[in-house]
Amino acid sequence: MNRDAIIKLLKQPVQWVEERTGVIAFSAPLLTHHVPRSAKWWYVFGSATLMFFTIQIVTGVCLGTMYAPSASNAWESLRYIDEEIPLGWMLRALHGWSSSAMVVMMAIHMLQVFMHGSFKYPRELNWITGVFLLLTVLALAFTGQVMRWDQDAYWGLGIGAAIVDRVPVFGDQMRALMLGGPIIGGETLNRFFALHVFILPGAAIGLVGIHMTLIMKNGISEMPKPGEIVVPSTYRKEFEERMHKTGVPFFPDAAQRDMVFCGVCLILLVFLAAYYGPFGPGGMPDPTLINTNPRPDYPFMWIFGAVSLLPPASETAIMLISPVIGIAILVAVPFLSNSGERAPSRRPGMMLLAVFVVMAIVALTWEGVTSPWSPVMNGWSALPTPTQFVKGRTPLQMQGAVVFQYAQCRNCHELGGFGGKRGPALDEIATRMSPDQIVRQVQQGGGNMPAFGKNLNSAQMTAIVDFLSTLRPANEPDSTIPGAQLPLPIKSPLTLNEPFTGTGVPAEIATGASSR
Amino acid sequence: MSDNTNGETKKEGCVGCGCGGGGGGSLPPVAAQDARRGFMFKFGAGLLGIGGALAAVPIVGYIIGPARSRYRNEWVDLGATTLFPSGQTRFATFLNPIRQPTDGDAAKTACWVRCVETGKFQVFAINCAHLGCPVRWFEQSKLFMCPCHGGVYYQDGSRAAGPPPRGLFEYKWKVEGGKLLIDAGRLPGLEESV
Ligand code: FES
Repeated sequence: MNRDAIIKLLKQPVQWVEERTGVIAFSAPLLTHHVPRSAKWWYVFGSATLMFFTIQIVTGVCLGTMYAPSASNAWESLRYIDEEIPLGWMLRALHGWSSSAMVVMMAIHMLQVFMHGSFKYPRELNWITGVFLLLTVLALAFTGQVMRWDQDAYWGLGIGAAIVDRVPVFGDQMRALMLGGPIIGGETLNRFFALHVFILPGAAIGLVGIHMTLIMKNGISEMPKPGEIVVPSTYRKEFEERMHKTGVPFFPDAAQRDMVFCGVCLILLVFLAAYYGPFGPGGMPDPTLINTNPRPDYPFMWIFGAVSLLPPASETAIMLISPVIGIAILVAVPFLSNSGERAPSRRPGMMLLAVFVVMAIVALTWEGVTSPWSPVMNGWSALPTPTQFVKGRTPLQMQGAVVFQYAQCRNCHELGGFGGKRGPALDEIATRMSPDQIVRQVQQGGGNMPAFGKNLNSAQMTAIVDFLSTLRPANEPDSTIPGAQLPLPIKSPLTLNEPFTGTGVPAEIATGASSR
Repeated sequence: MSDNTNGETKKEGCVGCGCGGGGGGSLPPVAAQDARRGFMFKFGAGLLGIGGALAAVPIVGYIIGPARSRYRNEWVDLGATTLFPSGQTRFATFLNPIRQPTDGDAAKTACWVRCVETGKFQVFAINCAHLGCPVRWFEQSKLFMCPCHGGVYYQDGSRAAGPPPRGLFEYKWKVEGGKLLIDAGRLPGLEESV
């Protein structure tokens, strides 16, 4: 047989299928459609997100063959996958790392689209479907954390339930709806399982379909150039003309960059997963094991940080309303400005906004990771007292150091850089407060410190104050001024959170003390 | 496609219309056809609507069931009162009376029992009144501390510091036959005193 005959033979079944399905006619434009010549490396992030989503589906289905979606076995089944099933740990690691990577890629993709003004006419709906995809993926990440069914999952659900519970009027019903009953239990896990493997992936696949269809319909936006403004009445015609004249086919011109980037991402993913292994599961989901320190996964750390920093008085309102406002703003972006300049240099306000949002999320994430508001629960029992704070002290002062430790002060206060950060570090407290002020603060509390008056007897109180009064650098005077009348008059309520700048202290000493 | 459908409709229409069909394939006037098609469409939509509603009742009912059903708290035995010496606060656990076969360990529940004086108790939920994290008791400073956002409570459960908007949730308790019983079940929530 000659070459032509072979080709003809091969073509026959293809034509047979094509004649009956039209699949080639339907999908060929996906590859051949023209994209702007200027679409270079900025445009790879959407493809990478899609690639990670595909990995999630494949690894998710694999895990679904072994995972037991039941509160009584889920945790054990994960341990079993990790330890007994060949390469089970690797599958879990891939699923976990790819999930984080998808969230990150999506955020970068969104940021790029925002900065380049690509959401403007006619791509408003591309942006809006993207926003819903983001929400879906975040929901997948949260429900995925629940699938681990460990202590973090259990108490994370508790936090979610407590927030939902604060909804006015319907809070109780909504909480029951979320948990599938009056407690966090079997029905809760199965509800989240149904969301995680059926509803949300289905929604995501549908949204990806719409998103891609819109990309085919509206084309990929060009790199923004200052002065090239979007005029809705003429944009589409001009864009299509430009694509016709100067565009390049998606495959292979643009696709090759996507392939390089996705390839690098994929290799990195496999190495990360192999090296760092799967996420959790953490401690077993037994709510009577309370020596736990519940923390959310990274995509939600910034929310954890924000919730912790809210002023208590308005926190319910902010917790319930701000997500709604946030989503509304995201959806509204293309309606607020859908024409005009796209170039970042011509939209400085928008750029500032983007930078601000990114910085806020990074800062809140950092706060969430370090959580300075959380007491160090074992600070009192686990941390040594640095020698410089006990060296050369009297027995009474040393006794005070013991009481200081014993009364759990260290859980919230640092000494020598170790301890809780809830309250101020006390290394130099004697430069800021007189013994009387210390007594008053310890006894009555205030400024977010509990009152210890009832819990310390007078001997303990004397000792602890004697100890704290020694805490100052050798070369700095204490807050009692030579010759000043004692006790210092206290005119305003003084709290540990405010640097002492108060009453009757010469200015230079007061500033010296508070400059720390 | 649409041609086909029209053909079907015509035939069906003719069979059902009782026009006699004397002319074999003779069609009713266009206006009558349209009217019948309009009726068929409405009839179909109506049927689908009724069927959909019937099917939706069990589906929606199944999903929102938990929000409606009335689960009852029950009196739960925490053990002999002698387990809780006067002036002390002790950790206690129990199996939640509201539980399902698949709950596993999640049906276990913890609480803090404070014996104020012999025969007088306070039983606190483990859940912080802020966002529900498990609070821990510190005997030395007589404080409950929360690991999540730094909520602190005094030994009587009242709020001492941090973000919680109120004191710890308390269970109702009674002593019967030398045993301490608490009224427990649903996860404590903000709007209620347990
Ligand atoms: S949950 Fe206890 S302080 Fe927030």
